[in-house]
Amino acid sequence: MTKAPEETQTKKISLSQAIARFVPDDSAVVMGTAQETLIPFAAGHEMIRQRKRDLTLIGPISDILFDQLVGGRCVRKIRAGWVGNVITGSGYNFRRAAENRTIEIEDHSNLTLSMGLRAAAMGVSFMPTRTALGSDLYKTNSSLKTMTCPFTGNTLTAVAAIRPDVAIIHVQRSDEYGNAHVWGNLGITREACLASQSIIITAEEIVSSDVITSDPNRVITPGFRVSAVVHAPWGAHPSPVPGCYNRDHEAFIAYRTASKTPEAFADWQARQVDAVHNSDDYLALLGKERTHGLALKHHVISEETDYGY
Amino acid sequence: MATENSEYTLPHLMVTAAAREIADGEVIFVGMRLPMLGFFLAKSTHAPNAVGVYELGIVRDTVAPEPILTMGDLPNLCRAQWLADTADLMGLLQQGLVDASFIGGAQVDRFGNLNTTYIGDIENPGTRLPGSGGACDLASLGKRHIIIMAHERHRFVPRVDYITSPGYGDGAGWRRQVGLPRGGPSAVITTRGILRFDPDTCEMMLASLHPGVTVDEVLANTGWPLRVAGELSRTPAPEEAELAMLRRFDPKGYWTGA
Repeated sequence: MTKAPEETQTKKISLSQAIARFVPDDSAVVMGTAQETLIPFAAGHEMIRQRKRDLTLIGPISDILFDQLVGGRCVRKIRAGWVGNVITGSGYNFRRAAENRTIEIEDHSNLTLSMGLRAAAMGVSFMPTRTALGSDLYKTNSSLKTMTCPFTGNTLTAVAAIRPDVAIIHVQRSDEYGNAHVWGNLGITREACLASQSIIITAEEIVSSDVITSDPNRVITPGFRVSAVVHAPWGAHPSPVPGCYNRDHEAFIAYRTASKTPEAFADWQARQVDAVHNSDDYLALLGKERTHGLALKHHVISEETDYGY
Repeated sequence: MATENSEYTLPHLMVTAAAREIADGEVIFVGMRLPMLGFFLAKSTHAPNAVGVYELGIVRDTVAPEPILTMGDLPNLCRAQWLADTADLMGLLQQGLVDASFIGGAQVDRFGNLNTTYIGDIENPGTRLPGSGGACDLASLGKRHIIIMAHERHRFVPRVDYITSPGYGDGAGWRRQVGLPRGGPSAVITTRGILRFDPDTCEMMLASLHPGVTVDEVLANTGWPLRVAGELSRTPAPEEAELAMLRRFDPKGYWTGA
């Protein structure tokens, strides 16, 4: 018999506990999986505050989060499709580290990264795709090999399974057992969750299990696979969260200057990361005017869906 | 630059040229920056039935209800046709159901191979760029792709340092030989003109000059002896209606300012 929610042990812990427990030094972390929305910045900043070292970061197009972790000296290796600042271009910490060869880089496309995670999610050693043939991704990514299709004889790219130690996923709402609702574009979130050994959910809102089970199609991954649930309001700022807040373009544009030199980045880290200890501190730093400016001005509520019998 | 009534910028001209590469009813994989505006312009003018696919997991057949700067801005999700997984959209692409896509680059060569990864030697790079994102997938799997980039001699090189997004490799037959299922670049829209590819040799050729630009200027900014098409055309200036649309899509001129 399955346990009633009342008897199930809560997985809700603080952000610092979650990062301390599930992201040890040297672990492989997949994050930023929805691409430009729902980026778990609060969790990334906690990793910088805890001075994590030798992490492997896995993600499709990291919109400044990976650059910040590289600047915080948390990273040994990156397995990603794109690392930079979507609205301005280059990520300067990443660029410096790559040019000084202080980090190792495995160059993916968004599709090869998705396929690597899907292979792990499916419990197989690789997935085939037709992308990247003839490209130099093969020169800087040992997870790609060409193969001959056993049915058609066509040449295919085989992408080796990518199995992260932990996925960090930001969501709109979760119950305290890790059953979480996400809406909006999903990126590679579902395969990232299924492929990972453990999952940390950071949520704008913690809600009752009744809210979640009223709409099971919206659940991003089953709660039994989740290790920790963290209440993290504004935890994806400055990226947008559908239903919660808009993208803070100014913060991304300002980060370009803030990361241009190691000195400027150290100053940015001291103010925006090290001086912040929880979401209250972060909200105070943002200020009411800014959060008000990013709030939704126009609501579109979906039609009710009947899951009854 | 100016039309009869109105000033326009070089990005306005490039976006308008990009829009004209889109035919009505086509499925377009929409990239960041100028391509996004080009798609919006095409949708609002000659291609009302074009469908936009955005790699982060969005399909939409309407222009976002408010001006946006990045494709993940919430107005671009609002009343979308489909919000889905990246792999779902890559599946459409891999099946051959996407007509065209647009990608930018730092370095391109005479066969349209594009580099957004390393400038210089991989082992001892001069510059590290952000990487592929979805660009390699679009260039590998779409029916055709259009490249948009600055036309400078150090960017237009005989052979790119790193192939991030495959063009025609070393010439005719290469794509089939390496196993790519279809496609290749159909046009390169630059800050000086529009280049297309010889159907037999797959080599880039100058096809159109932007207003005020000379052939010599293009040749001087291209790092190999560029062929010039027999019938060289002049890129048409944006029309007033197109400029009015672009001002609505990018009211602060973030992407299309001078």
